[in-house]
Amino acid sequence: MNILVFVKQVLDTETRIQLKDGLIDTSSVKWIANPYDEFAIEEALRIKERLGAGKVTVASLGLDRVRDAIKYALSLGADEGVHLKGDGVALGDPLSVAIVLAAAARRIGFDLILTGKQGVDHDWSQVGVLLAEFLDLPHVSVVVKLEVDPASKRGVARREVEGGVEVVEFELPAVITAQKGLNEPRYASLKGIMAVKKKVIPEWSLAELGIDAALVGVEAARTRFIDFSLPPPRAAGKILEGDPREAARELVRLLREEAKAI
Amino acid sequence: MPGPIAVLAEMKDGSARKITLEMLAEAGRLARASGGSVAAIALGPLASGEADRLAHHGAERIAHVEGPELAAYAPEAYAEGAKLAVAKLGPEVLLLGATAQGKDLAPRLAARLNVGLASDCVGFDMEGGKVTARRPIFAGKAFARVGWNAARPMMATVRANVFPPAEPDASRSAAVDTIALGGVKVRSRVTGFEQSEGETLDLTEANIIVSGGRAMQGPENFEILRKLCKVIGATLGASRAAVDAGWIDHSHQVGQTGKVVNPTLYIAVGISGAIQHLAGMSSARTIVAINKDRDAPIFKVASYGIVGDLYQIVPALTEEFAKALKE
Repeated sequence: MNILVFVKQVLDTETRIQLKDGLIDTSSVKWIANPYDEFAIEEALRIKERLGAGKVTVASLGLDRVRDAIKYALSLGADEGVHLKGDGVALGDPLSVAIVLAAAARRIGFDLILTGKQGVDHDWSQVGVLLAEFLDLPHVSVVVKLEVDPASKRGVARREVEGGVEVVEFELPAVITAQKGLNEPRYASLKGIMAVKKKVIPEWSLAELGIDAALVGVEAARTRFIDFSLPPPRAAGKILEGDPREAARELVRLLREEAKAI
Repeated sequence: MPGPIAVLAEMKDGSARKITLEMLAEAGRLARASGGSVAAIALGPLASGEADRLAHHGAERIAHVEGPELAAYAPEAYAEGAKLAVAKLGPEVLLLGATAQGKDLAPRLAARLNVGLASDCVGFDMEGGKVTARRPIFAGKAFARVGWNAARPMMATVRANVFPPAEPDASRSAAVDTIALGGVKVRSRVTGFEQSEGETLDLTEANIIVSGGRAMQGPENFEILRKLCKVIGATLGASRAAVDAGWIDHSHQVGQTGKVVNPTLYIAVGISGAIQHLAGMSSARTIVAINKDRDAPIFKVASYGIVGDLYQIVPALTEEFAKALKE
């Protein structure tokens, strides 16, 4: 089974977001592989290990720095990586991104596509499902449990919804987006890290993917960011100390009479 | 004359969910600002009286799509049904809930219609016929304003608990167009539902949340939080530390790799307030922190804080609430 995993590089979740010239300041931040994509990588590796055959390919779209996210996936055990060059792509527009990923998927080939349920940066939660539609595939999003059977070309996924999980039956090939809880991602082994050095990560441009740049550039983007802002700071609150019973009674009074929160 | 502001009505067992009424209220506001009208799209079975209910909440026209493939949620069938309804209504704007179903369906529909989609919006502005949306990014550490290109409809998913539903007006009625959906390819479909234990409102829809963190020390101590939840009708949440320690299921996690929540009241118990956690809950209207460390970052965002031992404070708080709420 050939499994294709799309990985995005995002700002570390520890990052305190700041603005510079009206944009998100990325001048001194740490970049990581999107945490939800880590669950996708792990699931791909586990499926391959369970079947005892197949290949896991990882692809990432963006500037040269995204090669680090690909290398990270390779160090965990992915077989091959491809860097999709971000030049000329409206990287802030999910639809433009999905058009590029769909073209890459067609060229790479796959029986199953896995990716995170959302990037923890722009939080669109769109690209996996857009990709499924562009590739004319079924999808299951926000998956916390996955079973696939390559012989029958079918699978069963459990997806998180309000108040429980939905059981979804689907046909392969399909796109699955990963939610936390799907698995416990492994750490890279020293052997894995060493093995990355020998791997060649090809770069594919839009031209090599056969994509008309006019379809995915900023001019064609269906959505655009107009501006960014930070949430207003919260006013300092009241701190209660002393006897727990007294403090509890006072808090209940404040919540009911002052905050009218309950 | 621009097309209507349309709402894709999210239904549960044939009845409109609260998010549907919230969206109809906001659609009404946008329609009044633009001189347009409000339309609703209903997919699949509609319980008796539900079309009237959508009308009472502001829908002036309803496109109801029926077909055997719409009986249970199936993304491909729902996307095709919604596409037929969009063709019928020609909406300027199309809103879906930023819910498990809305977030699953909206991108598929956007790709099929080749239009832009703004996810998880918390505000809309209309100026001179141009709509912009406001949405959190980085789980609420920042906000972005988003605009669309000329393609229509402008699609958006709308966060729950942000827009208050309007009072229903029983004198209103809507014209209903019924559309038949047939012969659609369905390769993934929902075949079952497993309810999580405990059963209160989902975190994303909850008005009150009580969350526990590292200081809970183990799964058994969450029992005191469950007791408090029961007394005040709260939903139980947790920090990443508690989830990663295996004390509670990840579906309870609040924060950047969990749920972003928007309650009236958020009570953080034994949570220090890591930046990933603060991102997920700092838009709560009132925040209470209970922590023994006076310097914990959670106190910087708290409206009220109690410094002390949570094992004494939480049971006392539960009793005091029980007393006060009985009065």
